Amino acid sequence: MSPETVWRWDRAWEVLPHLLEGLRITVLATVVGMAVASVLGLVIALAMRTPSRWLTVPLRIVTDFVRMTPLPVQLVFVWLLLPTVPSLVIGCTVLGVHYATYMSEVYRAGIEAVPRGQWEAATALDLPRSRTWLGVVLPQAVRKTLPGLGNYAISMFKETPFLFVISVVEMFTEAQKFGANTFSYIEPLTMVGLLFLLVSYPTSLLVRRMETRLA
Amino acid sequence: MTTTPGSAPAIEFCDVVKRFGDNVVLDGLSFSVAQGDRVTLIGPSGSGKTTILRLLMTLEEADGGIILVDGDPYTHEMRGGKRVPIPEKRRRTVRRRVGMVFQQFNLFPNMSVLENIVEAPVHVLGLSRAQATVRAEELLEQVGLADKRDARCTQLSGGQQQRVAIARALAMDPEILLLDEVTSALDPEIVADVLGVLREIAETTDITMLIVTHEMQFARDVSNRVLMFDHGRIVEEADPETMFTAPRHERTQEFLRAVLGS
Repeated sequence: MSPETVWRWDRAWEVLPHLLEGLRITVLATVVGMAVASVLGLVIALAMRTPSRWLTVPLRIVTDFVRMTPLPVQLVFVWLLLPTVPSLVIGCTVLGVHYATYMSEVYRAGIEAVPRGQWEAATALDLPRSRTWLGVVLPQAVRKTLPGLGNYAISMFKETPFLFVISVVEMFTEAQKFGANTFSYIEPLTMVGLLFLLVSYPTSLLVRRMETRLA
Repeated sequence: MTTTPGSAPAIEFCDVVKRFGDNVVLDGLSFSVAQGDRVTLIGPSGSGKTTILRLLMTLEEADGGIILVDGDPYTHEMRGGKRVPIPEKRRRTVRRRVGMVFQQFNLFPNMSVLENIVEAPVHVLGLSRAQATVRAEELLEQVGLADKRDARCTQLSGGQQQRVAIARALAMDPEILLLDEVTSALDPEIVADVLGVLREIAETTDITMLIVTHEMQFARDVSNRVLMFDHGRIVEEADPETMFTAPRHERTQEFLRAVLGS
């Protein structure tokens, strides 16, 4: 039997519950991945500002390496390395680490955008270093990073189908499964596309609004 | 070495050198400011006035010489004939006695007016938020902005922001207040408000003030000593009356003619 090429509405409705179940995992992976990326990205950005070359040089090499290799390869690599860890945990972590390397650049730009006068005022008030960061610099820097954070969240959301390669049953995997069982691929894959659009488009509008409001 | 308060000058520069690359801004500058003095630094731009304030706030580091505050070495000290840096912790105890108001205000935009003022008293002096708030409200009253307590700094005019910045500096009870061209970024009609606040502080406190300004009338009213700088050296020093009416040095005469436009 060859795959069906005619659109069938009954197939589309049949696959929808499976896809919504998959969407739940897709969103979960994005939220957890983004949480990891936001925190780790900040840690990387702060670590890169320390004067110690013993820290910054190896860190630079690692982040460049993560950025220069494809996400699916990283996913499979870690998955094979840690066979006992649930694949969803691996998926969220690898997504998070991958995007942390990009997020660190967004944070770096945000921190550098805080005017020098702010640092000088903090010095003039004799604020301790920790308080200068937590009370003055980071609140202003993070505000500037929010649009970037939103854009990377959308980008990560769209890359969750790669979790297919380590058999996390997210939306795309559900569609593949359905296709393999019924030989109908058009309906599930079209629906997957629409569902992605349904989430990412409103989110992108939200990010754009944030950009104009925070600019 | 410790000195009893009152006996040592508030500020003492001993042979201070500051370079920016090849540009020597201060070339072995020595001068001192007595406790409670109000000293105005005048001179053409690039003559080193602002650098002196920035050195006193540790925003720049001197390349040579020693700076003393109340007789205490500040960023460096002489030990066995060698100039050695002082650890950050000791620097901070001295720095706490010095406050600064900037040309560009530099208020923290992520905080309200009140939060700007209580920030350092709470996190540096260890005051409770309630104590710090009481003091902050007094200071806001003093600078005429009691009703702006909860405003965002970005909603205030330049003159209002600068008055908040003055209150923020005073909240730390500094012994020395550095005023770095505090009216240069303001519209002419609000300059008077800010200067009025500073005049009152000069009259009601005994804070030592180091003032860099182009407002010659203000300098005349507030200061008891004027130092004329050129190329990082003091070319003339006098009380304001003498300095502005009968300057002796040719450079001073030239400079005052240019500034006062007469």
